[in-house]
Amino acid sequence: MELAISIVTGFMILGAIYAIHAKDLLSSVIACAIVGYSLVICFLLLRAPDLAIVQIVVDTITLIIMVAVVINSSREELYTKLDTQGYITAITSILVIVVLLYFFTVSSQTLEVLGKSSLRMAKYYIEGAAQKTGSANLVTGVVFDFRGYDTMGEAVVLVTAVLGVLTILRIKGKK
Amino acid sequence: MTIIVKKTTQLIAGMVFIYGIYVIVHGHLTPGGGFAGGVVIAGSLILVTLAYGGDFLKLLKEETRTTVVESLATILVIMIAVSGLLFGTKIFFNNFLPKGIVGHLVSAGVLPLYNIFVGAEVAASIFIIFLSLMIFKEESPK
Repeated sequence: MELAISIVTGFMILGAIYAIHAKDLLSSVIACAIVGYSLVICFLLLRAPDLAIVQIVVDTITLIIMVAVVINSSREELYTKLDTQGYITAITSILVIVVLLYFFTVSSQTLEVLGKSSLRMAKYYIEGAAQKTGSANLVTGVVFDFRGYDTMGEAVVLVTAVLGVLTILRIKGKK
Repeated sequence: MTIIVKKTTQLIAGMVFIYGIYVIVHGHLTPGGGFAGGVVIAGSLILVTLAYGGDFLKLLKEETRTTVVESLATILVIMIAVSGLLFGTKIFFNNFLPKGIVGHLVSAGVLPLYNIFVGAEVAASIFIIFLSLMIFKEESPK
């Protein structure tokens, strides 16, 4: 299973790199969708159907909205050549990536396999959640009962995002 | 849009809407819940809006009503959470209704109510974002 996840993750990285460098913005949007749908496959392989459902629906709707925006606006990206500033940025980012990869390889030898680390809190959640919350779906039990504050925060964040979108996009009332 | 898109939308949009309601109502039994079902409902609304469209004034009225639904749903979620302070052990987010039998449709106390209102809020939010991208470019500055 780790091999499959590695292949899908590599595919995601390729899609992300292509999304940055594509000249046509429509193919860039489609490459972003590759990243999202590969994430759905990762969630299914890691046995998280709740996250997979949310991710696949949100990704589809985001793709529709982005395609509509790209068709309505200009499709060509303004391409600029690399100048001195660009070379400095590229060299710095390559250095940062090399240092990060070195530390990841060092730390990955001491970590355990994904999902098997000492999750003491998760064990407490799983043991009696069905009896404590009365919900057969443990994810809903955790999201709305044990971690109710988080869910309320998410709902309020969504409201705030909508307020921001309305404020930015309204033309009437702007000066 | 063409007649093919309109006829397909007529056939599919209702089923998508009912599937979203199913995902929300069964959120405490099967995978899914408020967020996933809300986005599915928003998807069916977006499908109808894309296929049939409408003039600016009609969609502006629609946007106003959707904003009211979103704000009411958010307030109701917070009110249910606060009403946990009134019953039982008097803590925030208290599950004060009777739990019922695990696995039945009417069970788990207030969790289905949270699912329903969060679903309404998420559906309204995403539909508002889509509508505002679609209509506000035609608005005239006053």
